[in-house]
Amino acid sequence: MSDSLTSPALASLEDISLSLGHRTILRDVSLTLYQGSILTVIGPNGAGKSTLLRILLGLQQADSGHVYRRAGLRIGYVPQKVQIDNHMPLTVQDFVQLGRKKRAPHLTQVLNEVGASHLLSASVQSLSGGEFQRVLLARALLRDPQLLVLDEPAQGVDVNGQAQLYQLIDRLVKEHQFSVIMVSHDLHLVMANTDKVLCLNQHICCSGHPEDVSNHPEYMDLFGDSSATAGIGVYTHHHDHAHELDGHICPLNGDACKAQTHE
Amino acid sequence: MNDGLADFIIRALAAGILVALLTGALGVFIIWRRMAYFGDTLSHASLLGVSLGFVLGISVNISIIAVSLIVALLMAAMQHKRHLSNDTLLGILAHSSLSLGLVALAFVEGVKVDLNAWLFGDILAVSSQDLGSFALMTVLVLGTLLFIWKPLLSLTVHEDLARVEGVNVTLVSTVYTLLVALTIAIGMKVIGALLISSLLVIPAAAARKLSRTPGEMTIISMLIASLAVCLGFLTSYLWDTPTGPSIVLMASLIFVILHILPINRGQ
Repeated sequence: MSDSLTSPALASLEDISLSLGHRTILRDVSLTLYQGSILTVIGPNGAGKSTLLRILLGLQQADSGHVYRRAGLRIGYVPQKVQIDNHMPLTVQDFVQLGRKKRAPHLTQVLNEVGASHLLSASVQSLSGGEFQRVLLARALLRDPQLLVLDEPAQGVDVNGQAQLYQLIDRLVKEHQFSVIMVSHDLHLVMANTDKVLCLNQHICCSGHPEDVSNHPEYMDLFGDSSATAGIGVYTHHHDHAHELDGHICPLNGDACKAQTHE
Repeated sequence: MNDGLADFIIRALAAGILVALLTGALGVFIIWRRMAYFGDTLSHASLLGVSLGFVLGISVNISIIAVSLIVALLMAAMQHKRHLSNDTLLGILAHSSLSLGLVALAFVEGVKVDLNAWLFGDILAVSSQDLGSFALMTVLVLGTLLFIWKPLLSLTVHEDLARVEGVNVTLVSTVYTLLVALTIAIGMKVIGALLISSLLVIPAAAARKLSRTPGEMTIISMLIASLAVCLGFLTSYLWDTPTGPSIVLMASLIFVILHILPINRGQ
């Protein structure tokens, strides 16, 4: 991206290495996050993706290397596993406002934006995987972030929901102009929306534009090339309708779908 | 006139309610953060404070507080070491410090220590001086809890998220641990080292079904704990049962009743 060269970095990692015991978790990893761009980190299980994010966020110390975050950088973080003890009575509206000092005047607007306004007074323990991810996004948005850090945002979400969630993230980025660093295990799902992909397996195997990465020999080694996956014969089909979050059916061609009655 | 008698009953009840307010409020975080065993360990260890007070010839109240605070800080520091599982570590610490306390008491000469009173509480022995300092500490502890409420709640829900959002997790959870230590130090005299942690857990657990928000649950837990103290006091007065255990039994009874009743405000 041309403006990457001119706009100052929001955050960066330089030569980050980390071992736990005798196991190398990360080796000489560097990356830079620029204003308004989406960076996706992909890699197999145990590649050190989440650890990389934790180091960037200052939640974990690296053995060596340098972490830079611009002073006063507002970060919205969507962590991987959020389990809230059943003993805590907590509604969605209380949960999303935990990250703020004052009550949010634009709370319903933000919940609307992520498609979770109908969950306002639902208890957090009653949410489905997809609903919870939207609520976590809302909590991050309420902090008016400059950088959004998403750790496997689509995990625990069914396939249709995953695509929707990535579309939502894409739309939010376009509207809010924040930068995103996101961890994902599926390049194809994020391919359309990401500016740069970083393929991680302890070290950076390859990086670049999504199409380039998906043809890179190291990527193919890790994930198998696309002709091989095509051989498995994944059944793809298209629906002529989709479901709103509350279960209402809406036609795919119509863009507005507001609380229609279900036949 | 018998107002000396009435006085010490009122003092005892007042002290019991102060302890109930403290354990009720701090207890919700104990169960949210799954720290029940932590409270147990801390209260067992605080018995060491009693022994130390006698051995060193200093005020027992002060030595209990000092030992509780030191043990609490030690445990907070040890939580980051992962060689042993937390449960194992706490189990070792709880019973070795309890035993150390009991052994040390055996060396105290000339003073007859009523062990029962420290293990199960002696609410009727609360002096007006005790009551004054309990009241002061209650205000201090509840005031501090109110002050750290939001960050504490945030780190209880998700520690990493709280940290990223700017909460000083280490500071806030250390302050909370110290508040628990102070509460146990106060509660030991009233309800005893072996039973105080039950007042941290039972009222809070009982409050769950009646509450829709964390704040509600805290208030209801404080009320249930106070009710348990009053009812326990009453049974103790009517049937001459030991006060500390009666209070705990009443708290358990409230818990069981609330769990049998088909009510559920908090889903």
